[in-house]
Amino acid sequence: MTESPPPSLPPASRLKRDMPLIPSDSIAGRALVVVIAIMTFLACLTAGGAILVAEASQGWRADVSRDVTIQIKPPPGDDADALVAAAADIAGRAPGVADVRAYSKVESEKLLAPWLGDGLDFGQLPIPRLIVVHMQSGHREDLEPLRAALAAGAPGASLDDHRLWLSRLDTMADAIVAFAAALFALMILAMATAIGFATRGAMAGTREIIEVLHFVGAADSYIARQFQGHFLRLGFKGAAIGGLSAGLFFALASLASAGLSRSPGGEEIAALFGAFALGLAGYGAITAICLAIAGLTALLSREIAFRQLRSLL
Amino acid sequence: MLRFENVGLRYGVGAEVVRDLNFAVAPQSFQFLTGPSGAGKTTMLRLMLLSLRPTRGTIHIFGHDAATLDKDAITAIRRRIGVVFQDFRLLDHLTTYENVALPLKVMGRSESGYRAEVVELLRWVGLGDRMNALPPVLSGGEKQRAAIARALIVRPELLLADEPTGNVDPSLARRLLRLFVELHKSGTAVVIATHDLTLMDQFGYARRLVVGDGQLKIFEGDSP
Repeated sequence: MTESPPPSLPPASRLKRDMPLIPSDSIAGRALVVVIAIMTFLACLTAGGAILVAEASQGWRADVSRDVTIQIKPPPGDDADALVAAAADIAGRAPGVADVRAYSKVESEKLLAPWLGDGLDFGQLPIPRLIVVHMQSGHREDLEPLRAALAAGAPGASLDDHRLWLSRLDTMADAIVAFAAALFALMILAMATAIGFATRGAMAGTREIIEVLHFVGAADSYIARQFQGHFLRLGFKGAAIGGLSAGLFFALASLASAGLSRSPGGEEIAALFGAFALGLAGYGAITAICLAIAGLTALLSREIAFRQLRSLL
Repeated sequence: MLRFENVGLRYGVGAEVVRDLNFAVAPQSFQFLTGPSGAGKTTMLRLMLLSLRPTRGTIHIFGHDAATLDKDAITAIRRRIGVVFQDFRLLDHLTTYENVALPLKVMGRSESGYRAEVVELLRWVGLGDRMNALPPVLSGGEKQRAAIARALIVRPELLLADEPTGNVDPSLARRLLRLFVELHKSGTAVVIATHDLTLMDQFGYARRLVVGDGQLKIFEGDSP
């Protein structure tokens, strides 16, 4: 009698499916992906906006800090043009000065037209005259010799280094960035709260699975890792959707602002936000935010799951 | 192996569900835990599985006082216990194979390392052709056998089974019980909760722990 051979082992591909122990296709999971996507989108917009403002403000500061203005109030009876020429000459010879541009009387009157309107006879008004002095970079602090020379050679001329205006710009830009940071922190907090609720909800919904895992000898850390993996997938999905949407938004906004910049309104927007082009660092920041949010989702869910599991027998 | 000393349990401020439980489960012993429905059989099994803490008394398990065990120690002890639930508790999104392999998987063993063991056990319990089926499409008897296979796969030192034959016909019940007898012969202590007197009569040598009115009476079995 011949012995029948033992039945062969089925191939691994027929048996091994590696299904996650926590089912991933729950309604709460889809809702969490939507919440994470929206929060990531808003967080990326906030961060991107703050980066744009910070970069633009650096541009303003660089531009403004290299210019100083000499203002000449024409004294009655004196020849204002001679005073302007004298002051421009003094400025041109001062150390660190790259360029001097004296505004003519007509040009000075044109500067006031937006406020006083056209058709006014400026001949009757003592219009102050302006000289814009463009400093070489790094010579911002070399103004005292120029101030002293002006006091001696051009009476009635005053030097304005825009210190007050610069400090206001600094304050405004810092306030915008601080506000964006606070907004960003609030969004992360709101998202963390949503993840907390979702984790507890998922644990309540999979209570029987958790109980079975406990009874078959699964350690709390093992079960918490299952939740971590589950929420990492959800977090990554939501963050990718939100981050891609934000990236697309900034790319479209950059294209739109390039088109708008040819219009007068566009010039003002460009002055405030620069070219509205986020740049590589900005897109890098969006990618980093997405990865951080996916990681945060996983870590938070693991921590919450672990604490909940510790309280179960 | 397992010893209860003056164990009592109450839920909240109610009366004690079980009280003054004093018994021991010896290694390689075979016993039925019986009594009317609602008498406290499942509660006693949960106490043995350390999923409930007694409100008084002491449970000693594998040489440890259960009250002093932390979560990691409880996990280590559960890995030495096999358990069959009355309602099977199979995970519906996993195949029969994955359900049976679950205790080995959670221990961190690799799939290639346990595949042969799991397949062999599934064939032994008659589920060789149902390995890839999901529990919702299994019959009651198949689910029961899968649940039993999951309990046996770790070759437990103690097997706890809650009404393991409650959902199957008498003929299948006898076959399933033979699985437990085989396991007992290989050295596992077995505790089977049932109220099926006919079934118990077929194994007259088994000890009977009879719980009623929250208290326990022990009847030693006949000599085999």
